[in-house]
Amino acid sequence: MASVVPVKEKKLMDVKLGELPSWILMRDFTPKGTAGAFQRGYYRYHNKYVNVKRGGVAMVLAAYMLFNYCPCYKELKHQRLCKYH
Amino acid sequence: MNENLFTSFITPTMVGIPIVPLIIMFPSILFPSPSRLVDNRLVSIQQWLVRLTSKQMLSIHSHKGQTWALMLMSLILFIGSTNLLGLLPHSFTPTTQLSMNLGMAIPLWAGTVATGFRYKTKASLAHFLPQGTPFPLIPMLVIIETISLFIQPVALAVRLTANITAGHLLIHLIGGATLTLTSISTITAFITFTVLVLLTILEFAVALIQAYVFTLLVSLYLHDNT
Repeated sequence: MASVVPVKEKKLMDVKLGELPSWILMRDFTPKGTAGAFQRGYYRYHNKYVNVKRGGVAMVLAAYMLFNYCPCYKELKHQRLCKYH
Repeated sequence: MNENLFTSFITPTMVGIPIVPLIIMFPSILFPSPSRLVDNRLVSIQQWLVRLTSKQMLSIHSHKGQTWALMLMSLILFIGSTNLLGLLPHSFTPTTQLSMNLGMAIPLWAGTVATGFRYKTKASLAHFLPQGTPFPLIPMLVIIETISLFIQPVALAVRLTANITAGHLLIHLIGGATLTLTSISTITAFITFTVLVLLTILEFAVALIQAYVFTLLVSLYLHDNT
């Protein structure tokens, strides 16, 4: 199932499932490479969600709020509106 | 009711894994680092605020004290952002935990004291005796000054914990009172709601002020010792 373009140069979304292990092993695991990966990931997140003309940080904070709702759900389950608690 | 009030201060866990490190690291992604000459809105506002605060805070220090600039600025940014994020509904505020505040206060205070002892031993020991005390009072006063020195880190930590925790508790209590009062008498509920709004404004102020006070006191201890 070899593809025309070599696996090495593809981005993650273009890699087919069968080629995934070889793609992961190909990645650069040196400290500099890992730091570069984190930096790239952070700037992708920043440019997509924060560095926009409208909203930005507000969207991130709303997502943070929703994320924090999950641990609280267990205690808040008892506070639903119902006739008998 | 009793158990419900303090459940917002327990360690948050999701499917059994404590997510506290994630929550502590979250404010850092809200402060992007400036990379261009003219950045976007968020970064420019943050840069302006940091410059304003650092100028005001570091103006009193000597050259040696100004090497602490990075530490003090990151301290005030961290405490301010963590406190402000704790005002969002359902969120967990790490600064309500005494353990974390002690972990911040003790090393910083110890650093200032150690700097003072190392570089200016006589002057920092002289702090134990204020000028112009009558001779018979000297032993007692030295004891009192030692106690007040050792209480500094504990006071720093407990001040921050108590203020933030008390504010959050008050908001919970008054919010709960407003909700139950709506079915009993609407006017009292409205008054309670006004109190809640005022309290929230106070909490925003307290969040920032506490950060400022913490950092200011650390810088003051530093000034004494450099």
